[in-house]
This record gives sequence, structure tokens and C-alpha cells, in this order.
Amino acid sequence: MATKTLEKEQGELLEKIAVPTKKLTGSQAVLEACIAEGVDTIFGYPGGAIMPIYDALYDYNDKLKHILVRHEQGGIHAGQGYARTSGKVGVVFATSGPGATNLVTGLADAMIDSTPLVCITGQVFAHLLGTDAFQETDIINITMPVTKWNYQITDATEIPGILAKAFYLAKSGRPGPVLIDIAKNAQIQSFDYEGYTLCNHIRSYRPKPVIRKKYIDEAVVLINNAKKPLVIFGQGVILGKAEKEFKKFIEKSGMPAAWTILGLSALPTDHPQNVGMLGMHGNYGPNVLTNECDVLIAVGMRFDDRVTGRLDKYAKQAKVIHLDIDPSEIDKNVKATVGVWGDCKETLPLLTLGLQEKDRSDWLKVFADYNQKEYDQCIKEELYPTGKEMTMGEVIRIVNETTQGNAVMVTDVGQHQMVTCRYAKFNESRSNVTSGGLGTMGFGLPAAIGAKFGAPERTVIGVIGDGGIQMSIQEFGTIMQTGVEVKIMILNNQFLGMVRQWQELFNEKRYSFVDIESPDYVMVAKAYGIAGAKVEDRKDLVQAIHTMLSHKGSYLLEVMVGKEYNVFPMVPQGCSVSEIRLK
Amino acid sequence: METNTEKQEYTITVYTENQVGLLNRIAITFSRRKINVESLNTSPSEIAGIHRFTIVVMESRDIVLKVVRQIEKQVEVLKAYFNTNDEIVWQELALYKVLSEEITEKVKVERLLREYGARAVAIRKDFIVFETTGHREETNKLMKALEPFGLVEFVRSARVAIIKESSGFHEKLKDFEKREPSEEVIENEYLGKREAVFTM
Repeated sequence: MATKTLEKEQGELLEKIAVPTKKLTGSQAVLEACIAEGVDTIFGYPGGAIMPIYDALYDYNDKLKHILVRHEQGGIHAGQGYARTSGKVGVVFATSGPGATNLVTGLADAMIDSTPLVCITGQVFAHLLGTDAFQETDIINITMPVTKWNYQITDATEIPGILAKAFYLAKSGRPGPVLIDIAKNAQIQSFDYEGYTLCNHIRSYRPKPVIRKKYIDEAVVLINNAKKPLVIFGQGVILGKAEKEFKKFIEKSGMPAAWTILGLSALPTDHPQNVGMLGMHGNYGPNVLTNECDVLIAVGMRFDDRVTGRLDKYAKQAKVIHLDIDPSEIDKNVKATVGVWGDCKETLPLLTLGLQEKDRSDWLKVFADYNQKEYDQCIKEELYPTGKEMTMGEVIRIVNETTQGNAVMVTDVGQHQMVTCRYAKFNESRSNVTSGGLGTMGFGLPAAIGAKFGAPERTVIGVIGDGGIQMSIQEFGTIMQTGVEVKIMILNNQFLGMVRQWQELFNEKRYSFVDIESPDYVMVAKAYGIAGAKVEDRKDLVQAIHTMLSHKGSYLLEVMVGKEYNVFPMVPQGCSVSEIRLK
Repeated sequence: METNTEKQEYTITVYTENQVGLLNRIAITFSRRKINVESLNTSPSEIAGIHRFTIVVMESRDIVLKVVRQIEKQVEVLKAYFNTNDEIVWQELALYKVLSEEITEKVKVERLLREYGARAVAIRKDFIVFETTGHREETNKLMKALEPFGLVEFVRSARVAIIKESSGFHEKLKDFEKREPSEEVIENEYLGKREAVFTM
């Protein structure tokens, strides 16, 4: 008996020598995990339940940059902006209770737009869970439908393993937000830290479906036999870092390609096969011709209802090939003739390999003709207005002329968003940051701040309406304190424009609560130490935009645009894409 | 096509990790779409470490297919199947509490119980608890039949079901668990230790 105990003791001793451990607190382990994952920027806001982590952060200041936002929602939107321009995981800290619930909108936004985030929330002590303790909220259950994964930690020893899992889940497969809720005791607790191991596998999780050659072959045959193929692409191309593969794919077979709002910038605007935007406020040609093509090839997009319009009248004549990394997207909204499961970074080259080189200039000419019609009836007046009032389109045109399509454009939600996405020029990928699926007003300003941290060498322009800016205007404080250089362009039509447009078109101009008043934005900006100007007359516009872009530091430019301005073309809700209206 | 949009009973079998909160993740897949869950059972599977959910819904094939894919997308879900009733063998268990005096006085009740193959699981001076297993129609029928004779409580379990064609998957699961054993569930060990553990 005695010898056995001795042996056991010796064994334990040997083990300890073999794996040198050091004591860390849970909080330190969280920050070590961030460093090991290559995190350089954290957006957050402290509070009682996350204080131990913030206390530890005090000593990590040289390794981790923490951006103090003015509201947790601003923090998570900044994390999203950061993730979208950098291609890395956005990291957000918030405290328990209200801090955590303020993340919910951002989580929902990131979930529907597949943005990789790791959010860490503080939680009350484990022994207080379920007692309605101060600032206790059941954030795990609240966020369950809006996270790819979430987990509550009550013991510090779990931290390294769980955080490794969190980062892996956020960025792998179809990316998404992950929330880790850490009880305060686990943050304080010291434990034997055995280092951090990156996670690259979870036994019950399949980030990518297996590519089936059969479907690749079937898709190739369909495309090669197609007379009028149309490629429609979404953010999957960007998330899969498959921009090059995508370009080769469409170029080899000479196919026209149209984008969803989140696919924007994956293909340069000037590419001869880029035929424009899909959906409700998309371009004339790609919408109408969706219902005339013979093969529709969807790449990394999910047939959102804003893209498809009426489903029973959507591409019924076409054979549909759907490429997606998420098997649950195939046949979800539009039945696929061939579903090509897999990461498009891998599936696109396989398809390209089998494609015949084709010249489809006749088919591209049909798009050009539609584009001409749209230009004559719609675009021309928008970009070069003859009326007295300034249009949102001409503002974007002048920005394009000044930036040459090299800026990151971040938008909020509404008319200005549609106009920016329609008309902004892009040369490189990850240049368009917008809230697509959720349509979150208030997204623009904090996302622009995050976008700049994610791409510090690039010019970042936040285009925001007079409604959206007032939803997150407190983030001027973040700009003030960090000195981050963001160009803020408020397109002010003195209305909640998109809702007003619908009320005009569908509710007999019954303008119900859409005439929103604004403060003096230039003065507000000035109070935060941000330079700015307001343009009310066209003659000052070009100079004002030049001044904004050449100014060192953040700048706010408010442009007074036409009040009762409508975004056209438009596919009215409940209509087919081919019923798109130019006026 | 018609059969795909017609509602019928589907039994969904989900193989999962044993994880706190997973029940909720699966449940909200249904509630989000306002689908009523007719019955839900969680139990271990034949492989230690792997959990099994059996869920019954009345829905069309199209909808069930989409919901099952969403369930399968959850990180801790290994595999989800859906089957119509002819593809499974299934049972539900029901308990009936009847007043003793009714049973002892009325021969008819005794005959009823025998007819339905009910088994007495508890006999007390004032009441007797019977149990039957079977399909819902069967357990329902006995409940209806007992109602006039002093049925004071009735409860039915969730459905448990075996998929007729499942041998292939069983082998895969076994192999899977052998290669990568499941991790232990970590629960909150502090819950019961209120005053003793921490102070603010």
C-alpha cells in the first residue's frame, strides 16, 4: 500500500516536471488566448462582472489594443466592421446584464451576415446564477438564436480550451458570431496554465461539406451547354477568400456576373462581366434577365427575399446551380437543379477546370442594352441631376471620382445605402461594409470606426443617413478618444427616407412619423473635436468632398440632398424581379 | 409534390453531444418557425457519450427537411434523421391512476384493463396506478374508456422510436466514439455553495 502511494506521488511529480505549468488567473488566460489567436484590437466597455478581465488588461496594454466604445452595440458593430475589412475575427468585451444585452442586435446582424466574432461577456459569480443577482441576465439563452455557438464558463480551467473552440468556430466553415459568457469567479480563479493550443477540429462539427465530384460534373455540363448563363454571387466569395478563383471561373466561360449587396466588391466594378446589382434596388438587366437566363449559377449567396422578390416567379425557366458551404442553404429558398456543396475556394477551380472557353458577347450585349435603358431613364438623372436639389447619387459619383474606387465604403441602412451600393466604385475586395441581412440602422458609424482599425492604411468613408447617425452618434466619442480617421458623410434628406418612399408609393403619401429632425451635426462633431462642414448648394459639393478626403483626421460632411427623393429602380415587395420599375 | 407539402407525423432522431443548453438550441429551431413539438424525448443512445433526441412534429416533408438541416448545422449535433411512422418502430408509455373502489366494485373496469394489457404498477388502499405502452391511439383509447370509471390522473411519456434501417449508422457511430471519445459535461459546481464560496 505504502509503496503504491509513493509510486503515485513520484508519478505526479514526474508529470509536473514534464509539463511545466504556471499559475494564471482566468482573466489572464482570456488575454493569453487573444494573443495566441493573433488578436490585435478589442472593442469593449467595462463593467462590474468583467472587471477582473479589465484589470488584467491593464498589464497587457502593450500587446492588445483596446478600443473603449461609447455603447456595447457600438462595440460589436465596430467589431463587425473590423472583421469585414481585415478578414480576421472581431473581438468584443462587454459586462453582464445590460452590457451583454446591448450586444444582441450586433450578434443578430453578424449571424445573418456571417461575420466572424468572438464576444466575451462577464457574468455574475457562478454561485449566484439564477438568483436574479445584480446585473445578472441569462445571456446564453437570450443569444442562442443569434449565435453560431455560445458557452458559459464557470471554472477557469475551461478557458483556454473553450476560447480556442470559440475562435475556431467563429472563423471556420460559414463564419458567425460566438459568445462566451465567463462567470466572475472563473475570471478571478488561479489555475495551472498549460499553454494554449489552437483548435482545428471539433468532432461533431463539419465546417465544410465533402465536395462530390458527381455534382461538379453535372454543373459543368449544364454551364457548358448553357446559351444564356447568369452568375449571381454573394459574400461567400469574399468569406472564402475566393475572389481570384471566382474571376477565373466567370472569365473562362465569359459569363455575366451580378452581385448581392454583400457580394459587392468581390469583383471590381469595372470588370467587363460585372453586370451589376441584384434585388429590390438592384440593376435593371440582372433582375429582368434572371427570368430569361437558361442556367442560373449562384455562388455563396442565399437567395434572400430582397434578392428574389416573388419566389414563385423567380427564375422558373432556369436550371439552378447553387454553390454553398452551408448545406442548409441549398434548396432552402430556391430549389437547385444541382447543389454544389463545399467551400467555393475549392469548388470554383474544379468547375473552371471543366468549363469550355466561350465568347458570350451577344448575351453580355443584352445586359448592356438594359443598362443603357436604365442609364437613360434612371441613372443619368441620379448621377448628373438637372434639378436644383442635390441627389445622393451625385455625391457618390464625386466620391468615386476623387477616390478612384480605392476607399472602403461603409454604409448605414436605408436609401443612402442602396444608392451607395449601386453607384460606389470598387477596385478591391473587402471594401464594402454594410448591414445586409438584418438592416440595422445605427450600424454605419461604429462599423466605419471598426473598418478603419481593420484596414488602417485605407481611406474609410462612412455614408450614413440622418436617421441612422442619430442611432449611434455617441460613437463620435470613440473617434475623439482614439483619434481614428474616419470620414463621415451624412446624406440628409430630413426624412426617414426609405420608409417615406414606401409610404409615398404604397400608403398614399401618408407620411407617418418619418419627418425626423436633426441637430446641427457640424456643431455636434465640433463638440467632439471632429472637423466638419455642411453643404447645401451644389456649387460647393466637389470642393467639400475634396476637403473632407484631404483633411488629416476624422471629418464630418453633411450634405443636404433632395427631401422627397426615391431610389429607383425598384422591385416592389411581392412582385417578381422582372416587374422591376424604373420610375 | 403533393406529399411533400402535406402535413403528417414525422419522427426526428437527433444524435448529439451531451451538452448543457443543447436541448434549448434544438427546441428553438421549432419554436422560431411556430412549429408545435408534439413530443420530445432525450436519452442516452446505444453508444456511451452520445445523446439521442426523439422529436415528433406534424409537418410537411418540405418543412421537416429544412428544419432537420438547421438542426444538423448546430455545432454539437452529429446527425439528424427524419422518418415517417412506417419507417420506425415506436412506443409511448402511459400511466393511469384510478380510484381503488371503482376497480374493486366494477367488474367492467377490470375487464377493460385486461383487454388493454394494462399492468398494475402501484396498488394502494385508495388508488391503483396502471401502465400501458403502445401507440398514441391505444393509450388514448384506454384513457377515454377509463374516464367514466374514476380516472383521476393520466400521463403519457414522449415517443421513443427505433429507426428500422439504422444498422449502418450504428457502426459509424461506434467507430466515431472509439476514435474520439466524448468529453465530459461540465456543470456549475458552485450552485449549492452560496455563502461558503465567495464574497463580492
